[in-house]
Amino acid sequence: MSILIDKNTRVITQGFTGKQGTFHSKQSIIYGTQIVGGVTPNKGGQRHLNLPVFNTTKEAINETLANASMIYVPPRFAYASILEAIETKIPVIACITEGIPVQDMLKIKAILKKSDSILIGPNCPGVITPDECKLGIMPGNIHQAGSVGVISRSGTLTYEAVHQTTLAGLGQSTCIGIGGDPIQGMDFIDCLALFEADSQTKSIVMVGEIGGSTEEEAAEYIQSNVSKPVVSYIAGLNVPQDKRMGHSGAIISANTGKAIDKIKALKKVGVAIAPTPTSIGETLLEILA
Amino acid sequence: MHIHEYQAKTLFNHKHIQTPKGILIYSLTQASDACKTLGGSIWVVKAQIHAGGRGNGGGIILCRSIKEVKNACSQLLNSQLITPQTDTKGLPVNQLLIEIGENITHELYLGLLIDRQTKKITVLASTKGGMDIEKVARKTPNKIIKFSINPLGNLSVQNCTFIAKKLDLHFKFTKQFNNILLGLYEIFTQKDVNLIEINPLVITKEGKLLALDGKIDFDDNALYRHKDIIALRDISQEDEKERLANTYQLNYISLDGTIGCMVNGAGLAMATMDLIEYFGGSPANFLDVGGDTTADRVAKAFELIQTEKNIKGILVNIFGGIVRCDLIAQGILKAIEKVKLTLPIVVRLEGNNATNGLKLLNKAKVEIHTESNLNKATIKIIKLAK
Repeated sequence: MSILIDKNTRVITQGFTGKQGTFHSKQSIIYGTQIVGGVTPNKGGQRHLNLPVFNTTKEAINETLANASMIYVPPRFAYASILEAIETKIPVIACITEGIPVQDMLKIKAILKKSDSILIGPNCPGVITPDECKLGIMPGNIHQAGSVGVISRSGTLTYEAVHQTTLAGLGQSTCIGIGGDPIQGMDFIDCLALFEADSQTKSIVMVGEIGGSTEEEAAEYIQSNVSKPVVSYIAGLNVPQDKRMGHSGAIISANTGKAIDKIKALKKVGVAIAPTPTSIGETLLEILA
Repeated sequence: MHIHEYQAKTLFNHKHIQTPKGILIYSLTQASDACKTLGGSIWVVKAQIHAGGRGNGGGIILCRSIKEVKNACSQLLNSQLITPQTDTKGLPVNQLLIEIGENITHELYLGLLIDRQTKKITVLASTKGGMDIEKVARKTPNKIIKFSINPLGNLSVQNCTFIAKKLDLHFKFTKQFNNILLGLYEIFTQKDVNLIEINPLVITKEGKLLALDGKIDFDDNALYRHKDIIALRDISQEDEKERLANTYQLNYISLDGTIGCMVNGAGLAMATMDLIEYFGGSPANFLDVGGDTTADRVAKAFELIQTEKNIKGILVNIFGGIVRCDLIAQGILKAIEKVKLTLPIVVRLEGNNATNGLKLLNKAKVEIHTESNLNKATIKIIKLAK
């Protein structure tokens, strides 16, 4: 068992015919993902990548019986697209789009709470269950089916972590990039809960970074709810205050969001901290030995 | 995006939030006329820069005569103002706001921000205004009133009255307070604000509530729908290098170290900086070249890194996900030629087509050290940059 998605997941792409949507849908299909169609307003009825195109998400889901969606629309259309997906009650939505206004996300977050959908992202690489389903932009070839659940706020740094668990011979159950924005769908705690309950997942890698306090909240959650071994790496020990490090969520301000505080909080509850981004695999092997 | 105090106050005035009477000047010759137009006998000269801590940095000067105003203006205009919140270079003062001195009986704090923990717009209010609000929050959290607003609802007059009561504000001020808070909320939601703040919000002897200062930080991601806000941008307040980098879609931040970094992805870029420090080096910059970078962008990145004053070497760290490492390698070679790079350079390529990329670099005429192991690459550049 994996979490969120598996080989039976039927996927549609919102923003299907755009450059990003086309490229990554193709990559997902090559990886073996069951893409069953896509959405682009005013292009309904056409075929793209040999699959049906629909005007609305509702139509697409009614026709294809999809149960997951990935979103590649430009940021100014993302709010409407996510909302449209939520309204269809589709269980899993991964929004890859970067640059969505934060107040749009505040509203979406509030709507999500009352909905039946799970949102991954935005501004994230997506989610992958190796050898089964790839819902996002991550390179498939660095993954390997296995036992580590990976959760990360970053993109390429996730690949670094994933790659190390593959080289360590452990492989991954499912990898989730939760994204680098201040307001996001799934957070660390949501993912930890799913991994704790998943029988395939034997250990968890959590990659955090400066900004916000979700790592500290995760530490608190781990203490009383997670029995599986957890390894964490937190990026940004050496960045100056009040400078935004690329991700809009990665900023230390008013003494909160420091990497050192996150590391302390995680250590306190028994999480093994990888001292460098290159020692995640090693640290994992050490605690599993 | 930040704006100046005088611009924030104009937005306040549009929402009928009152501010002290003031005039903006650009040159010394305007100073005495400004005072005469404003009237009164006490004026405050305020340097307009995109940073707080102006009071401590000498950027706000209380004057009791026109002569004193002129002195203050000549001291501040066209200077670089250094405050506890700027870097050591400070920020250029191109405009001054001259305001009438007010008779202040009380200072409050009032602000709205996005609380990442509750995921709601949150009102912060305190009777301990004028001071560093973070300090107040740390030392006496009970002196700060927090009120969260439902993202799908609105801030109501009743909510405002409730907050005023919690502040122990005399009921005769409630109406003014409510109007100010509702005005701030409207600006916040209508203009995609990340942080809006009046510190201090003062009560005058005459019984008026005035915004003595104003700070607004807008969400860069939402600027596309606020042309009027974009027009308020002052690029003289931005770091030249970071701004230039932005036009090439590069995420760049200057630091003080000796090793330049070029990395794809923000998280990996931070992690690379950490690794350099871990092995005893120091990064000269943060740079995320993005996931779908081009040869042009790589060239521009090298150009920027070369201008760092302590630079002694460059570490390139690319984890090819979707981007192919051989294409990145070609970009690097082109860029080195174009920029005539003479600094030692170590390139670490991993992921998509990395072997071919490394081969290309090894065959090149210029000396490029290559590695697929990030630890080794980092140790090598630190050695070369000594």
